[in-house]
Amino acid sequence: MRDVAVVGFTQSASVRREQNRNEVEILVPVLQSLRDQTGLAGAQCDFICSGSSDYLAGLSFAFVSGLDAVGAWPPVSESHVEMDGAWALYEAWVKIQMGQADTALVYGFGKPSMGDLPLTMALQLDPYCVMPLWPDAISIAGLQARVCLDSGLLTDRDMAAVAVRDRMHAKTNPNAQVAGDYSVDEILAEPFFVNPLRKSDCPPISDGASAILLAAGDRATELCERPAWIRGIEHICEPMDLGVRDLERSRSTEIAAEKAGVATGKIDIAELSAPFTHQSILVERALGLTSETIINPSGGALAGNPLMAVGLSRIGECASRILAGEADRAVAHATSGPCLQQNLVCVLEGE
Amino acid sequence: MSSEQTDQAKQTGGNSAENVDEPVTLIRIPISLDYDYSAGQSASRFLRAIQEGRLLGQRCPVDGRVYFPSRGSCPQHAVTFGDESVELSDKGTVVTFSIVRVPSANIPLELPYITVNVLLDGADTILMHVLDAELENVHMGMRVQAVWKPREEWTTSTANILYFRPIDEPDAEYDRYKEHI
Repeated sequence: MRDVAVVGFTQSASVRREQNRNEVEILVPVLQSLRDQTGLAGAQCDFICSGSSDYLAGLSFAFVSGLDAVGAWPPVSESHVEMDGAWALYEAWVKIQMGQADTALVYGFGKPSMGDLPLTMALQLDPYCVMPLWPDAISIAGLQARVCLDSGLLTDRDMAAVAVRDRMHAKTNPNAQVAGDYSVDEILAEPFFVNPLRKSDCPPISDGASAILLAAGDRATELCERPAWIRGIEHICEPMDLGVRDLERSRSTEIAAEKAGVATGKIDIAELSAPFTHQSILVERALGLTSETIINPSGGALAGNPLMAVGLSRIGECASRILAGEADRAVAHATSGPCLQQNLVCVLEGE
Repeated sequence: MSSEQTDQAKQTGGNSAENVDEPVTLIRIPISLDYDYSAGQSASRFLRAIQEGRLLGQRCPVDGRVYFPSRGSCPQHAVTFGDESVELSDKGTVVTFSIVRVPSANIPLELPYITVNVLLDGADTILMHVLDAELENVHMGMRVQAVWKPREEWTTSTANILYFRPIDEPDAEYDRYKEHI
């Protein structure tokens, strides 16, 4: 295996609605600041991979316009996944492992504010028996929360405590959309939004973008003083049908965590892309995190949820703390699909 | 029951109990999603200008090339164009053309008609449009000009230009447009 590291990370602020800028206009400053940070422009990278969704943009092949922000002439080696940018990073990591690239630009971007996001998300469900009922994303997550509450796996106080923690952490994150001091009792006093979920259990709708630069071996140490080395990365997918899955645990996260080697050392920080409070608890348990790990120092997905970039940003938030010498070992998590259907786990280390 | 409903009932095996063993071979799932689209800063500037009958491009700060219509970023150099716009003429040169003899659902023109790639004067990118001319006269280098809708019908749309027509000017030199073929 080749040593591959994150050597740079930039992101836009998460905002409820980018009124004036289109996706390219959101992306350009993010990629420019990554170039300033690393000294390497996107088009100079051996490989470029992006994650976005045409369903959010409401336009077919909308992802192609993202290349305007990269500068794709003369031609570049480039790919795209209709998934969160974390999976674009995985593809780039594989490309580097295969020896076909030493550097890779990875970016994710999304502008879900243009559509009705909870309904747009229904399109990722089983197209024959579930999607025609148009169950919205909040209701689907609510069903999972109900299963977990009824089985006694967690309580509404546990869920509220996640929101309190993430919003408190987000106070130091200038890119966060939801931040502040709350108490568990304040959150439990909120009315139900979609029973048993309160608004504080749900992620904000966010427009935004993020980008990461990957480099292998000596290239990484040339580009950055203290690279965040990817020591393990894995993603596992569960079946589409919610009825055949165990919704009370995240089995795919457990397997990915084992394969990525999460348990082989102390984890200083963890960044989770679990968008609902009960899902954060399921992911924490699946990763085997303990009180010695600071969970979501940035506030995580509950503080800012730029779809298609939020998972990549979790890897970036971990990496930037390693780059800054604030953490030695970190685990990042990204998710895709309803009720934590598919999960990616990435272990990063300083030395 | 309308004929369409009858069809649907047949396809889904109907509702009656005796059809329960008949396999469902087709289901209809209408999908409709609403979007509140914003064109972005550059495209908005372009669209507001075309509402006033002006054609705006933007100049790349790196190599000076003028992109039309204006867009968020130079696709070659990945830099923002900034606020400076370049106003272009509605006259241009036919770079390539094609005579269309096959109907298309979204183009309500009588067949045959001519599609052209026009290089507007002052622009470095081409615009695809239709040309109203005799089929046997159209040629590369031909000078053309936009024909606009009546002023009171102008909106924030490129459809303000109905089509291009030939103008009485000498053909453009090949070297002026060869890069765009």
